[in-house]
Amino acid sequence: MSREQILKAVKQNQPDSEGLPDGLGFAPIVYDDPVQKFSDVLTGIGGKIVRIESTTEIADYLKTHFTEGDRFVTVLDNIPGLEKLQLPEDPRALDGIEVALIAAEFGVSENGAVWVTEKVMRHRVLPFICQHLAVVLDPATILSNMHQAYEKIGQEDYGFAAFIAGPSKTADIEQSLVLGAHGPKTMTIFLLS
Amino acid sequence: MVNHVSLSETFNKDEERVNWHDETLWWIRQKRDKAAWQIPEWEELREMASQIKMNTLSNLHDYLLQFEKNALANGIVVHWAADADEHNKIVYDILTKNKVERIVKSKSMLTEECHLNHFLAEKGIDVIDTDLGERIVQLADEAPSHIVLPCIHKKKEEIGELFHRFLGTPEGNADPQFLTAAARIHLREKFMTRRVAITGVNFAIAETGEFVICTNEGNADMGAHLSDIHIACMGIEKLIPQRTHLSVFLRLLARSATGQPVTTYSSHFSKPLAGQELHIVLVDNGRTRQLGRPDFRNSLKCIRCGACMNTCPVYRRSGGHSYHNAISGPIGAILAPNLDMKEYADLPFASTLCGSCSNVCPVKIDIHQQLYKWRQVLTKEGHSPAAKTAAMKVMAGTLSRPGLYRFAGKAGRWFMRNIPWLTNNRLNPWYKQREMPAPPKESFGEWFKKMRK
Amino acid sequence: MNVGLFIPCYVDQFYPGVAIATLQLLEKYGCKVGYPAGQTCCGQPMANSGYEHLADSCNTLFVKNFAEFDYIVCPSGSCTLHIKEHLHDNASPAEAKSIRSRIYELSEFMTDILKVESISSRFPYKVGLHQSCHGQRGLYISQMSELVAEPFSKPGKLLQMVEGLELVSLGRSDECCGFGGTFCVAEEAVSVKMGKDRVDDHLKNKVDVITGADMSCLMHMEGILKRQKSNVRVMHIAEILTQW
Repeated sequence: MSREQILKAVKQNQPDSEGLPDGLGFAPIVYDDPVQKFSDVLTGIGGKIVRIESTTEIADYLKTHFTEGDRFVTVLDNIPGLEKLQLPEDPRALDGIEVALIAAEFGVSENGAVWVTEKVMRHRVLPFICQHLAVVLDPATILSNMHQAYEKIGQEDYGFAAFIAGPSKTADIEQSLVLGAHGPKTMTIFLLS
Repeated sequence: MVNHVSLSETFNKDEERVNWHDETLWWIRQKRDKAAWQIPEWEELREMASQIKMNTLSNLHDYLLQFEKNALANGIVVHWAADADEHNKIVYDILTKNKVERIVKSKSMLTEECHLNHFLAEKGIDVIDTDLGERIVQLADEAPSHIVLPCIHKKKEEIGELFHRFLGTPEGNADPQFLTAAARIHLREKFMTRRVAITGVNFAIAETGEFVICTNEGNADMGAHLSDIHIACMGIEKLIPQRTHLSVFLRLLARSATGQPVTTYSSHFSKPLAGQELHIVLVDNGRTRQLGRPDFRNSLKCIRCGACMNTCPVYRRSGGHSYHNAISGPIGAILAPNLDMKEYADLPFASTLCGSCSNVCPVKIDIHQQLYKWRQVLTKEGHSPAAKTAAMKVMAGTLSRPGLYRFAGKAGRWFMRNIPWLTNNRLNPWYKQREMPAPPKESFGEWFKKMRK
Repeated sequence: MNVGLFIPCYVDQFYPGVAIATLQLLEKYGCKVGYPAGQTCCGQPMANSGYEHLADSCNTLFVKNFAEFDYIVCPSGSCTLHIKEHLHDNASPAEAKSIRSRIYELSEFMTDILKVESISSRFPYKVGLHQSCHGQRGLYISQMSELVAEPFSKPGKLLQMVEGLELVSLGRSDECCGFGGTFCVAEEAVSVKMGKDRVDDHLKNKVDVITGADMSCLMHMEGILKRQKSNVRVMHIAEILTQW
């Protein structure tokens, strides 16, 4: 069987064991103002930052910035003015969604990414299939770098999770950057203070 | 004969195009530099990544078992494939068992290495590549020319023409924004209607049995999350020991590849969706052989960022297809001979050994040193032209006999001065586009003897 | 100090002026220079072509020629690097190993061992410095643009000491010229294209002279410049440093 054959060949051919580095061995970059850095980086990769004081501002903002009449949904409770998503039997039915609002667990300054797990997406495809993605983020959760991020994630148990950094994009045609490849064309992050 | 020399000579017939190709890739190299300079600990990060991968390779047996155990516990079906053929058959079996004939696939260099598309096409399976660049080369019936930027060799006008022919866009429209929008509509229909998605894997974590896929377009996620069956194909060297190690690799990958701080999506797949089947195919295809070559095993550290291609002055001026292998550029040139020494004997010579590749490599593979070492191996194994061997023997004979060397040098310079057409002719590849150096009457050795003794 | 002058074969045959300038420089800074007459080549042309095993007698010859010197100095980064990385001799392995640590490229020898802080030469021209890869990425005589690290350049530092010399900065500070040993004829098309692009960068920056620490790269670029009937010249760094 190939499994045994491969494992045998690996065992035979792998060199003497070399240990893992003992911890990081260097101090990763930490920003004085992680929220500002996060905003700058996210903007640089095509995302948008909107500072809000209350979740009641979200629906108004979305409706003035995206085409009213299309489907705006959220997986969050207590967002007035937005449709609470009822999960369809077939996730393909999510295709018509114009704007989806979800929440992220935390953000990372060095790359503008937010961490979202299946639990908060309801369905894995939601943040990818919508035309526009909106995310509520508590600025107090923003970390400087990815080492801190994985320390925070720790042994968290998830079926699916992702770092999302800005709108879906491609530069495959002559390196011209185009936002909105297969996933959302925009990403708006509501920093809720 | 088709080899790097002939293919790059053809590529160089259109100098404007070479300039464009070179400048496009150099621009990406510059973006990479800028991104790296944002991270003061960049060099330490590379060293750490290299050490983690060394630990992985030196304990690969146990990590593979650990990964398998955890993946199974997560509800993932794990397959093992000794070679490309077995990999392709495993995928095909899953499809036939489920009576599926139309699938979507996101970018996976492993499936390119295994020629999966060709294999499935012969069996009547319709595969749609969903990465925009890959879809473009698929429509053009070409192979990707770059592991991260599959159609970097194509101009937008050529892409507009392809889209006009296959997707019905208006003739003459070559606007990237417009063409991307057309592809979005074309491919969304595929995502919505196909039941099986194949993806690659960027990192698989032994400790948790999960794997991570990095894309900018979101095509891997669209395919995987809308499918009934998700098949993820990976080389066995894609493992890393722990989840926390992702912090190191995700900091390096996109910065090295395109100069982005991170890819738009870094998706962590741990368990199948409710009702979905999730398969992983672990592929050897020569990797264990490479693991057994002490001089070359480091090449298995590669995380497929493509930085070595973007920086390579030869790649930029010869194009990815000149490497006639799924993985092109410097890294391709040290991986390919392991697959087939005879077929790829030319690739380690397609380099000036300038060393820039080793310097940009985020996992510090000594690429240019391995190119040098492959040259020795290939020559010893008899993969050099006989004429070259004969010439080298004459050269070595001359250079090891000082008297003969002095005589030959003096005679050579005399001929160059007195009968210049002996060297200044079309048969001399130096002279084709370069003048010969002016031969002096006296060598330094002759001068020294006269002046100082 | 007792210095053995190692003159690479193609410099000996085609660029004796470079070797003479190297000799003059070393003597000016107080070295007692010996030139073993029986020297030929470092063996790199065979080794880089995959025939390292044919270079054994070259290696033995090299060890025999240079064993007696405190230092061995060579006006070529590439040949120096080859000796540093690959010289071996089954008959006297310890001597070969020791030579590997005693060989220096000229500009690094001047900055690191001779600790040259001033040069009495004058060269009132615009000069472009070609960073030859083996000297730079192999011997670290200059910092490499790929690394996140403080820049420095040993040949650059020496050139800055020359009166009247204006060192221009290039679009691509350390891209390979495409010489690459036998690559220059085996892969003629790419080699020439790389050379043309490198030359263009210097021409765009209006240099009078292209210099460097490796004559092989300069020979390649000179061939291209001459074919283009350009007035721009190439000069080895030793030839500029001896304009006194």
